[in-house]
Amino acid sequence: MRIALFVTCLADTLYPSVARATVTVLERLGHEVVFPPGQTCCGQMHVNTGYQADALPVVRHHVEVFEPYDAVVAPSGSCVGSVRHQHARVARRAGDEALARRAEAGAARTYELSELLVDVLGVEDVGASFPHRVTYHPTCHSLRMLRVDDKPLRLLRNVRGLELVELPSAESCCGFGGTFALKNADTSTAMLADKMRHVVGTGAEICTAGDSSCLMHIGGGLSRLRSGVRTLHLAEILAATDDPGAEVAGQTVPVGVVR
Amino acid sequence: MTTFLGIPSVGAPVRSSPGVGHLQGSESFPTAARRALGDSQLRSNIGRATTTIRGKRARVVGEVPDWEELREAGRTLKASTMARLPELLGQLEEQVTAAGGTVHWARDAAEANAIVTRLVQATGADEVVKVKSMATQEIGLNEALEAAGISAWETDLAELIVQLGHDLPSHILVPAIHRNRSEIREIFRREMPGLGTELPPDLTDEPRELAMTARRHLRRTFLRAQVAISGANFAVAETGTLSVVESEGNGRMCLTLPRTLITVMGIEKVVPTWQDLEVFLQLLPRSSTGERMNPYTSMWTGVTPGDGPQEVHLVLLDNGRTAVLADEVGREALHCIRCSACLNVCPVYERTGGHAYGSVYPGPIGAVLSPQLTGMTGDAVNDSLPYASSLCGACYDVCPVKIDIPSILVELRAQHVEAAAASGRLPTPEAALMKAAAVSMTSPFRWRLAQRASRLGRLLARGRDGQRRIRSLPPPLSGWTGTRDLPEPPAETFRESWAREGRS
Repeated sequence: MRIALFVTCLADTLYPSVARATVTVLERLGHEVVFPPGQTCCGQMHVNTGYQADALPVVRHHVEVFEPYDAVVAPSGSCVGSVRHQHARVARRAGDEALARRAEAGAARTYELSELLVDVLGVEDVGASFPHRVTYHPTCHSLRMLRVDDKPLRLLRNVRGLELVELPSAESCCGFGGTFALKNADTSTAMLADKMRHVVGTGAEICTAGDSSCLMHIGGGLSRLRSGVRTLHLAEILAATDDPGAEVAGQTVPVGVVR
Repeated sequence: MTTFLGIPSVGAPVRSSPGVGHLQGSESFPTAARRALGDSQLRSNIGRATTTIRGKRARVVGEVPDWEELREAGRTLKASTMARLPELLGQLEEQVTAAGGTVHWARDAAEANAIVTRLVQATGADEVVKVKSMATQEIGLNEALEAAGISAWETDLAELIVQLGHDLPSHILVPAIHRNRSEIREIFRREMPGLGTELPPDLTDEPRELAMTARRHLRRTFLRAQVAISGANFAVAETGTLSVVESEGNGRMCLTLPRTLITVMGIEKVVPTWQDLEVFLQLLPRSSTGERMNPYTSMWTGVTPGDGPQEVHLVLLDNGRTAVLADEVGREALHCIRCSACLNVCPVYERTGGHAYGSVYPGPIGAVLSPQLTGMTGDAVNDSLPYASSLCGACYDVCPVKIDIPSILVELRAQHVEAAAASGRLPTPEAALMKAAAVSMTSPFRWRLAQRASRLGRLLARGRDGQRRIRSLPPPLSGWTGTRDLPEPPAETFRESWAREGRS
């Protein structure tokens, strides 16, 4: 299958290893991954902060860039949630019904990584190996906007050597919420404190999730506290193998986590 | 777009009366929340209470096989009711009148307070007993009555605690959720003797002892009162029947003993037919108290000669609701049946409690309802409420009538930004940043330049190789780095490495 990578602005700019890992997993499964070079951002930050007029051209740009592709994948539940649940609304609010229809058509071909793997490609074992103790945080938008349900867990349970430990109160928000983390920094931090307490309490070495944004938040807090617990995107774990020559070893996993 | 509701008004729909009632606090949400977050007693009380009630709700909802169909029925009934609200309100007025009641129309809080005060004065009473009611809290009725020399006694146990504590409600269903039992004991000991209720000197904070004390205190009031004031959970248009749903039976005391009963009801509480109650009386108790069936469901239709109140009034309250109804996205907030399930699951409410919202309607539903009722001006205190959410969506999942609260929050944020622009408050630094981001995000060339600029963050990163982090940034990004690190931006973006490898 020929799959277009919707890298997300955050992974492109701050977490290229997550994008690289997404490519690695899909290529290992025999698929062709292309990177539409015109892509930028889905515009969710603008929409969720109230700047819908500014979001409109960003949405139009995204729709145009991905229109030629039959399948689009993003390593983010939140960005796919924005494409699927916000793009057409933004267009309709601005009175652009034609764009809304194009956005809906594009959204129907856009998948979050675990959705693409499990639902579209029918794969639960991606041939990964990752001998570490891991806990999984279901991000709000993957859970409640996309309803990915236990797809990420099914993928993780098939990773060789991985010990999966349950996260208490897993479905509670970590407090990120985009600009919420800045506008209501105190409340956001109070939410983060409880999330970190639960993560640390599992005794896991790594907290994983399907969104780099939430992981940036949880990981940023864990790092500030010198907790010794790290965050890794689901794609990075699925890309890991025990083949020392594999691209994944050097590219996708931060120093000191694997081996 | 305007919507005519049959209410005898002139001109455009009005928002709630400014300065009257409790729909807006004096501080923005972030400011009020900061203080609440520092109150360890409050955090502990609310964290414990919401966790308990959340679990109860999940258990009893989980045992209903057709819960999703019930929710959809509730949503559909509310949507169709709102679509023909004028007609249904007219029918309700006819039926209540035919049954011997009197209907009054109030455009806003001030009018409603004036009507109720006049009705109480006409009876000659100088005190009233009150059934727990959000509408009368919303309009500040107790304060208005007090100004007219009329004492209003709250009879719901939690509302009594709030009233005796000279406090404000912090939850729709459990107004004293921010208090624990030892605090309640202290409030009783401090306040009740002055109101004529003697307390045993060895009163403990055992729930049963506290409840029996409140019972003794209230029983004398019930037997004395000549006038009762209630809200209404539902009003059936086809029969003119009003209904109050409660757990203690104190409401029923008020609804049956006094000679005069005055009900203040938001116009959105009407339902078309008696049979519609079947849906809501299943949805409401499981969502609110986590009970399978509601303990006390009182219903009355006008006056029954020789039985119950012989003078029955219904005050239909707009107070901004018509303006909400005119908003195609925001109007869904009027579907709310005040169950408070969204408060109990909200991660923001669970940390800050209800007072931070400044309105009698706190939590997610309050964040969409209060600013719409008061109107957003661009810099009003309530303009901060639509941002008091991480958009996690837990509220939407539990709402018994499927109000898409996250989408309304996003819409209200857009309306706030537009109101700020219209009143000349833009460009703010935030608006300028958003504009600049949008400009870069519509051109791959400009986007690459912006990404390169973000690499300046590498200069700010500190620490050993492989663990370099940004630990401090200037405002407004200091809001992030105050408690969280940021990773060092990588030397190469994904697209740069992809292009370097010559891939497409």
